[in-house]
Amino acid sequence: MSSDLDVFVGNTTLIDEEVYRLWLDGHSVAEAVARRLRGGVLEREGTSVAVLQSDTRDHYRTFQMLERLLHAPPRLLQQLLFQIPPERQALLVQRYYAFDEALARELLGKKLSKGTKKELDEVSARTGVGIRSCRRQFDNFKRVFKAVEELRGPLAENIQQLFLLPPALARDYAAIVFSGIWGLWERFWGFLGCPDPPFSSRDYAAIVFFANSRFETGKRRLQFLSFGDFAACAQSMMAHWSQGALAPEAADPDGDLPKSFLQDLKELKVLVSDKDLLDQHKSLVCSALRGKISVYNELEANFKALSRALVNVGGKLTHARDVRDFFVDLVEKVIEPCRSDKWSPGDLRLFLTHYTAAPRNLPGFRHQALWERYMAAISACLLRMYHD
Amino acid sequence: MPGKLKVKIVAGRHLPVMDRASDLTDAFVEVKFGNTTFKTDVYPKSLNPQWNSEWFKFEVDDEELQDEPLQITVLDHDTYSANDAIGKVYIDIDPLLYSEAATVISGWFPIYDTIHGIRGEINVVVKVDLFNDLNRFRQSSCGVKFFCTTSIPKCYRAVVIHGFVEELVVNEDPEYQWIDRIRTPRASNEARQRLISLMSGELQRKIGLKVLEMRGNAVVGYLQCFDLEGESGLVVRAIGTACTLDKLSNTSAFLPACNSPSKEMKEIPFNEDPNPNTYSSGPSTPLKNQTYSFSPSKSYSRQSSSSDTDLSLTPKTAPSPQGPRIFLFPSSPTLSCDSPHVKKSCLLLSGSSVKPLHCSHVSPVVLRKSVSFTEELLLAASGMGSGSAGKEGGPFKTLLRQQTQSALEQREFPFFTLTTFPPGFLLHVGGVVSARSVKLLDRIHNPDEPETRDAWWAEIRQEIKSHAKALGCHAVVGYSESTSICEEVCILSASGTAAVLNPRFLQDGTMEGCLEQRIEEASPPGCGFCHIPYDELNMPFPAHLTYCYNCRKQKVPDVLFTTIDLPVEAIVVGKGCLIQARLCRLKKKAQAEANATSISNLLPFMEYEVHTQLMNKLKLRGMNALFGLRIQITVGENMLMGLASATGVYLAALPTPGGIQIAGKTPNDGTYEQHISHMQKKINDTIAKNKELYEINPPELPEEIIGSPIPEPRQRSRLLRSQSESSDEVTELDLSHGKKDAFVLEIDDTDAMEDVHSLLTDVPPPSGFYSCNTEIMPGINNWTPEIQMFTAVRVSRLSNINPTNQTLNKNFNDLCENLLKSLYFKLRSMVPCCLCHVNFTVALPEDELVQIAVTAVAITYDKNQALQANKAPTEKSQQRASTDNEEQLQFPLELSSDPLSSQPFSPAKEALEGASSHTGIPAAQRATSVDYSSFADRCNSWIELIKLKAQTIRRGSIKTTTSLEKASPLAEGYLRHRSVPSGTNSTVSVVKMTPLSFLPGAKITKYLGIINMFFIRETTSLREEGGVSGFLHAFIAEVFAMVRAHVAALGGNAVVSYIMKQCVFMENPNKNQAQCLINVSGDAVIFVRESELEALPVPAPTAQPAGSAGDVTT
Repeated sequence: MSSDLDVFVGNTTLIDEEVYRLWLDGHSVAEAVARRLRGGVLEREGTSVAVLQSDTRDHYRTFQMLERLLHAPPRLLQQLLFQIPPERQALLVQRYYAFDEALARELLGKKLSKGTKKELDEVSARTGVGIRSCRRQFDNFKRVFKAVEELRGPLAENIQQLFLLPPALARDYAAIVFSGIWGLWERFWGFLGCPDPPFSSRDYAAIVFFANSRFETGKRRLQFLSFGDFAACAQSMMAHWSQGALAPEAADPDGDLPKSFLQDLKELKVLVSDKDLLDQHKSLVCSALRGKISVYNELEANFKALSRALVNVGGKLTHARDVRDFFVDLVEKVIEPCRSDKWSPGDLRLFLTHYTAAPRNLPGFRHQALWERYMAAISACLLRMYHD
Repeated sequence: MPGKLKVKIVAGRHLPVMDRASDLTDAFVEVKFGNTTFKTDVYPKSLNPQWNSEWFKFEVDDEELQDEPLQITVLDHDTYSANDAIGKVYIDIDPLLYSEAATVISGWFPIYDTIHGIRGEINVVVKVDLFNDLNRFRQSSCGVKFFCTTSIPKCYRAVVIHGFVEELVVNEDPEYQWIDRIRTPRASNEARQRLISLMSGELQRKIGLKVLEMRGNAVVGYLQCFDLEGESGLVVRAIGTACTLDKLSNTSAFLPACNSPSKEMKEIPFNEDPNPNTYSSGPSTPLKNQTYSFSPSKSYSRQSSSSDTDLSLTPKTAPSPQGPRIFLFPSSPTLSCDSPHVKKSCLLLSGSSVKPLHCSHVSPVVLRKSVSFTEELLLAASGMGSGSAGKEGGPFKTLLRQQTQSALEQREFPFFTLTTFPPGFLLHVGGVVSARSVKLLDRIHNPDEPETRDAWWAEIRQEIKSHAKALGCHAVVGYSESTSICEEVCILSASGTAAVLNPRFLQDGTMEGCLEQRIEEASPPGCGFCHIPYDELNMPFPAHLTYCYNCRKQKVPDVLFTTIDLPVEAIVVGKGCLIQARLCRLKKKAQAEANATSISNLLPFMEYEVHTQLMNKLKLRGMNALFGLRIQITVGENMLMGLASATGVYLAALPTPGGIQIAGKTPNDGTYEQHISHMQKKINDTIAKNKELYEINPPELPEEIIGSPIPEPRQRSRLLRSQSESSDEVTELDLSHGKKDAFVLEIDDTDAMEDVHSLLTDVPPPSGFYSCNTEIMPGINNWTPEIQMFTAVRVSRLSNINPTNQTLNKNFNDLCENLLKSLYFKLRSMVPCCLCHVNFTVALPEDELVQIAVTAVAITYDKNQALQANKAPTEKSQQRASTDNEEQLQFPLELSSDPLSSQPFSPAKEALEGASSHTGIPAAQRATSVDYSSFADRCNSWIELIKLKAQTIRRGSIKTTTSLEKASPLAEGYLRHRSVPSGTNSTVSVVKMTPLSFLPGAKITKYLGIINMFFIRETTSLREEGGVSGFLHAFIAEVFAMVRAHVAALGGNAVVSYIMKQCVFMENPNKNQAQCLINVSGDAVIFVRESELEALPVPAPTAQPAGSAGDVTT
């Protein structure tokens, strides 16, 4: 006697967290049943495999029906089909949009295109995240990206509102989207040389995450950085550099670094191009740090190289080609030299503090505000990235 | 009398994309009522259109208002081709037609399409201006309230319970019209939906008219069903109980008052010390003289409802096509009694199927034995009635009895669809009465007219009535009717519980008179209803009687079966449990009469076997009474299925049930005997285990008490005896005798072996779970507010190539057991909880397919309190004298507040009591443990008080003032504020659904009207929608959603007495098609949490959105 049809519908939709997790991880019903069996539910509840199968199928059906709504979480709140208590709804959304950092790290800097989606098999193999789960997460990134790319206002808040995500998760998404829009912005400047219609295009397949080939050369060098590192960097850049950071009501989209700011960064070059300024800067920093850090000699020897690297990174941000090298430059020209000289993180922090503060006392340097805004994000990035 | 219906279309949201090119929709709305249609403007290129239309006004008759649904169609405008329909919303505006219910319907409704399901939502506001003059018209019955609830609704008081109302309308089924060949499935489905909606409206209106004629103002226990007869038509029929209800001006006020009537009942016997024989009298003389002409009582509704009532009066002249017809009298408790020839007579009775003599055309195959067993029974009954009437002391009593009788006799059918009654209403319960009849649909002469069906039902009801008489009862309570149709064969079934009622509620103007009467008639508390209504010397069947274990004054049967809920006042030991009997019988495929004959031949055997199973399972659980019994017989192409569900309990008034004895056929075989004894041990173990599980440990009665007043030398007829604690004749077992006793299972072949095995395979629910099919679970009274209503449907294929009855039985049994197991597993997070009102429906959609649908509600309870409450039920009796000084103190207060406002509906009352008194003493226990004698001296003055009160009430001025009264309007306003979704708030308001008539921990403050919805869903892409399961899962979820949306739009936050009356599922996997019809109903209500009620005087935290905090789980 086989059950052809077997459904259970509650007035309040039953959500089994364990089964939801299995479903999100992309397991088939059979796999999910096997895993639940291993979990020992049979012994606990004294039931049969058939019951477990029927239960799992029921939940899977519910989740499949819910998935359409999860794609637009505000609809989940308004819909009438499933009566789900608010905290359960929140849980559904959060779990659905939670992502594996390993996967996000892999996807950083890649186009959210069909091509990338096809490569997910390899990504899945590398990260150990199930392929179905990979695809779902990939689609999530794409959906969020698409939804907020043209919106004004703070990115993280937009995402929070549109997808009802908790602040922390929304910030992570914002970081990913930020890097994506950054790439978009480059395209606006035409540096990618793409003939596609710019900015307002719905053709998100061509939108880059970070610019396409950004990590091509630097990949091995940047391998030690986790997704969290990048997300934190993106967040500090957003926090300090974007228009919203200065004036919340500003017109520019949050993720889009303001053109004028980046242009202005060129003005900072004076710090390294003007020999007098460079020397004075050095002496101010050195005198402040003498005796306070363990690597004083190395600092004295490398100051000019370091300063040049730090200032030039900013100066190059207007050029897409160089933007790609942002992280590589920081690693290659700042982090690696410091590491080989055995700077401690404390040393670096102290150095950056005084390095940032010193120009205040430089006669004839007129870009104090700009400088500190720039360095705030750079310092944050460096400190975050300075680990093994 | 005209009225003005006003409709405003506000907005839509989440509409589907209708224009692939733009990914958008150009939506507009058609609003149709009757023959008038309005349209909104097209709102171009949006999935969230804001029409904000003007008010569309329809000026219509109120007859039309009652019949027609408001039909709202959302369409996509297309310049070049025909406009595409997106979907529809049907709104029943009936709730707006009576003053006390909703005043406006406003909210988001799912837009429903029969092919695509829900496609977006639409915001609509509906109002009705009714030009008042409710008395002049007769075609409409605006103002009559309808309730699905089978008890007196919580915020009302029953002034008079008038009795049975029924109605039936027939129409051609659009699915079978010629035009169906050329129209789309969508058009056909919509035609059907609309037709049923229309017919339901018409049916309600006609029933309403009957109620008005009876001078009632409400229908309680309204049950509407439809029969898809196929070619011969589509029948919508309804039954209900007409009442005159009074709205309790302040529901809080009756909170303390509700205690008094039941208490009053309890204390009376001590005052009066009634004669033991009083109650054994059967129907008295008037009964005997009664002729069964229908005419006298039916003065009402002739002129208006042409369709059927008049016709039902004259069934004998109506051409009635024939199927063989049988009268069954199967499941009275008495059958269970220990005499073997009861069963024999039962079989005999059903075997001699009675053919109606008046059939005007020939139906060739009929058993023309016209000797009706029931007539004999009737004679016996009436004979004994007259005998006992004289015997019973005092002409006054006889007079009263006759009064009661005549009050009931005035009615054509003294039936009541209620299952729970005001305290004191139910005097005695006789047992279950049921009747079935097999009919051939293709023989209906005039299929479009209701006469034939009216005649069919009239016959069955007549049958039921005479069965009740045979049991010495003048009324039938817990009455219900059902059908099962397969091709052209239709089984009509009716069942109920024969009972003797208190006339107090049945007549107008007898208030004072009946007070004295009640003193005479009042039965002892908690056991009165168990006392036999028939005469013990002239019993219509042999039965085993003992003196009531509670009052020791009256006779009780050893087992009691009923279709009603457990009366509140009943004294129960331990907890109850769901008991099911399941049965399959193969039947040859046959045509027409041959088919009908074979079915009617099978029916009595099925009834008998179902009954035996029930009895055995009851014994196995150590219980002695069944409540809420519902036996469903389903007919299929090649088999019949029987499923009986009931809640078993141990009634303290009834004797302890005996065990089950196994007897072997071949006693000389050593191994065989060993086997038998092994089985016997297993059974005994199971009984012991069950007793522990359900906490059945009745008080040990001192031997002398048992010994003396139980005379009953009835053992003469009993050849086989159970091992009963109260009897010592266990050794009398006479195995050589072939007769079966309900207590004795005789193993003579493999079949019987199977039976025993199947008995033992019923797995008790896992720990923390209880289940019942009644409203309340006996023994649990500390419900917490968390409830989860659910519907589960399973369709299984019986894959056996050569099925036998045994394998089928086993399959069916497994199917049910697995379904239950699966429910327990699903709801494991709610433990400890109880599945209440478990309602199984079986259908045989195709040759080898069995479909089972279950609707029930899981309610959590507080385990710790439960332990306290249940500590040794044995103590109850001893506690009785000592409990509740407090209660005594409260008593005068309660009296003065309003002693006559009755209707304490049990669970709510209990909950309320629990909330109001901080004593922590469980309410049920209190209810059963009042010190009666202490009230006795106060009784006289008290009755004076009641009389006084009654007079005031009749003058129409009830003035009850309690401190709580002021809180009530506030409560409503507060609730309204919370429950009505405000436009800006994006969260959807929570609507609870429950098949019960109450919500634990909450108080229903207002009934908003009846919800009665019918939906069809069809798909031509079954695989794409996730197969049959995906299809049905989505559909049921959609039905729930639409019910909730309607309730929310009425301003309600719950549906009580929810029932899924029909779920017809058909599939054609080869064509990738499926179709399903679902019919649901219930009462929309507003409830307030008790905790909120208490918190009300304090400024309410209004910022909290509805559906947070305690409301989150439904």
